[in-house]
This record gives sequence, structure tokens and C-alpha cells, in this order.
Amino acid sequence: MNTDFARQAIEKISAENETRVTSVKDALGEFTATVPANSVVEVCQKLRDEHGFDMLADLCGSDRGPEEDPRFEVNYHLFSTQHYNRIRIKVELSEDSPKVDTVTTLWKTANWHERETYDLVGIVFEGHPDLRRILLPSDFDGHALRKDYPLRGYEPYSLT
Amino acid sequence: MGLENKLFESLPDILTVKLDAVINWSRKSSLWPATFGLACCAIEMMNTVSARNDLSRFGAETFRASPRQADVMIVSGRVSRKMAPVVRRIYDQMPEPKWVISMGACATSGGVFDNYAIVQGVDKVVPVDVYIPGCPPRPEMLVHAITMLQEKIMKESVKERTDTFEDESRKSIVPGTLPVTEGTKLEESARDADAKPYSVPSRHEKRRSS
Repeated sequence: MNTDFARQAIEKISAENETRVTSVKDALGEFTATVPANSVVEVCQKLRDEHGFDMLADLCGSDRGPEEDPRFEVNYHLFSTQHYNRIRIKVELSEDSPKVDTVTTLWKTANWHERETYDLVGIVFEGHPDLRRILLPSDFDGHALRKDYPLRGYEPYSLT
Repeated sequence: MGLENKLFESLPDILTVKLDAVINWSRKSSLWPATFGLACCAIEMMNTVSARNDLSRFGAETFRASPRQADVMIVSGRVSRKMAPVVRRIYDQMPEPKWVISMGACATSGGVFDNYAIVQGVDKVVPVDVYIPGCPPRPEMLVHAITMLQEKIMKESVKERTDTFEDESRKSIVPGTLPVTEGTKLEESARDADAKPYSVPSRHEKRRSS
């Protein structure tokens, strides 16, 4: 996909305030902008309102491993139904404070995506209206998709 | 004309038999399974009642949509930890007499899913009468399991299979994964310090352990 549209949008947002965007990557027809955690809502809002990225196609977390720093990242995949274009926003989070502001204020669909990310990777979305586990049982211990989570889970569990 | 005419001619009006034999014979001849499938084994379970394998030859073709009307719970597939309290609740809702068939490797032992999400054998949640190996078992194996269960039923005593309502079962905790509406009795019982999850033994579980 042609990434010119996404690059122009990010360049415009970055030109207004340089601290909003840390780095950009344009590879394999995909455009990725890495932003600091405190400006992700601002960048997303500008992309939605001023550049036509009106759909949050996906929101997911990932764990690079306990030896990495920053350890976690959250990826926002935006899609523009008006311009048929995609962009990825990436936020890197350290292990000490895996917290980022919620985007449920911008897209309602982020609610369950953020709950899933909290459930499996353990990233806390501040301001989320209902940050509970969504896939795993509510009495589950730990976050299952973290790299240092043991395959059989933590002991003890009442059923095993 | 039919068989019954011959029978009435050759037999006396009253027969004396053991009560166990008559009741067990009627129980084993109409085993009604509860309708629910957990994974791919359920496909084989559906096939078992289809025309080719025809489980109705053994009186077990009527899958009941309500656990209140069911006699057999066929656990067909892997039981996730989140599903385990639901399976237990279905089992508790079934009236006595009730039996459980653990169908397939996953329900029996966790199978290849040796991980945090899957219960390593459904016998940790409910008492199992017949285990079926296989991944998935063929429909013939489920038919075999049903006939094995029928043989087992014939050896039981009626006295062991009565419904009991115990204080412990009333106090048992609502499993944390089920939604609890605020301000209801369920919420109160969930807060009870004495309540234990999944720990309510049914009567024949106790019998088996002794």
C-alpha cells in the first residue's frame, strides 16, 4: 500500500509539536509511527479528526521479553475508510510502569481490546471505564502472554 | 399376534424379581445425554447419533437440552479453566441418577494441551464413570462406552442413587468466572468465608472415595 498519505499525516502532526512523535518506520508498505505514551491519545485524536483515520482496526499489546527495555509495546492499527489507508501507532512501555492512557474516549471498540491487552499482557490503561479480565477467569494469577509466564501457570490453583 | 401374546400365554401374571434389576434395566435402556459439546469430540458425538452409527439402538439417542432431564453428561472435548465451573454447574443441575462419560484424551487427561488454560482431566471437576481414549474417539468407541456404562448401571444398587440436598451444596461459592449480579443472593454467597468453589461432592463421589 502506498504510505504517502500516512506519512504526510504524521509529518503534519509532528510539525505542530515535535515531542509527539519519537520515530517513524516505513517498510514493506506499512507505515509505523512510534509515539511517547503521554501523547498517544492526542496523536490518535488528530489522526481521526483531521486526517480521516476513523477506524480502530486493532489494538494489541506485545511483550518483547523480560531482558528487553522497553519491554512492552502497544500497537494501534488505524484504518481510514475514506482514503483507504492504514497506519500503525506504536507505544513503548517499560516494565516498571506499563501504563498508557485509554483510547476508549475516541473509539468505543477499544474497550474490549484494551481489556484483552490488560488480561494477557498486563498493560494498564488509565481512564478505562471497566478494566477487568475478559478472556481468562477472573481469579487468574498473572498475565498469560508474558514471556516469563510459565506454560503450566503459577501454583497453586484449586483445580490442578 | 405379536410377541406379547405368546408371553402372556407362557408366563404367569405376576413375576418376582429384584427391584434393582428392574429399575436398573429401565435406567440403562433410556440413557439421555445432556446436549453440549466442548470441542472437536462433539462432532464425533453428533455423528454417533446420526443414521450411520445410530445410538438409538441402545436407547441413548435423545439428547436433552436441559440438564434437568438428562442422565448422562458426555464431556466431549477439552475443559478450559473458565469452562470448568460451568461444567460443574451443569453436573450439579442434573438430577440423580446421573453418570459422566469423559470423551477423548483432552477430557480425560488434558491431552496435548498441558498448559495453564486447560483442566488436566475433567475428573478434577466431576466424577467420571467411563473414560474413552482417542483424539477424537470414533463413534463406535462412544457406542462402546455407552454399552459399558449400561453394564455398570446393571451392577448398581438403587439405594445409592438418590438425590441429596446438602447444606454444603447450598453454601458453595458461585464460581468467579460466572457473572454475579450485584445485590443478589448469589453475591452474598460468593462473599461467604466458609464457601469453597467446586468442592461439593455428590453422593456417589463420597461412596467411591470410601
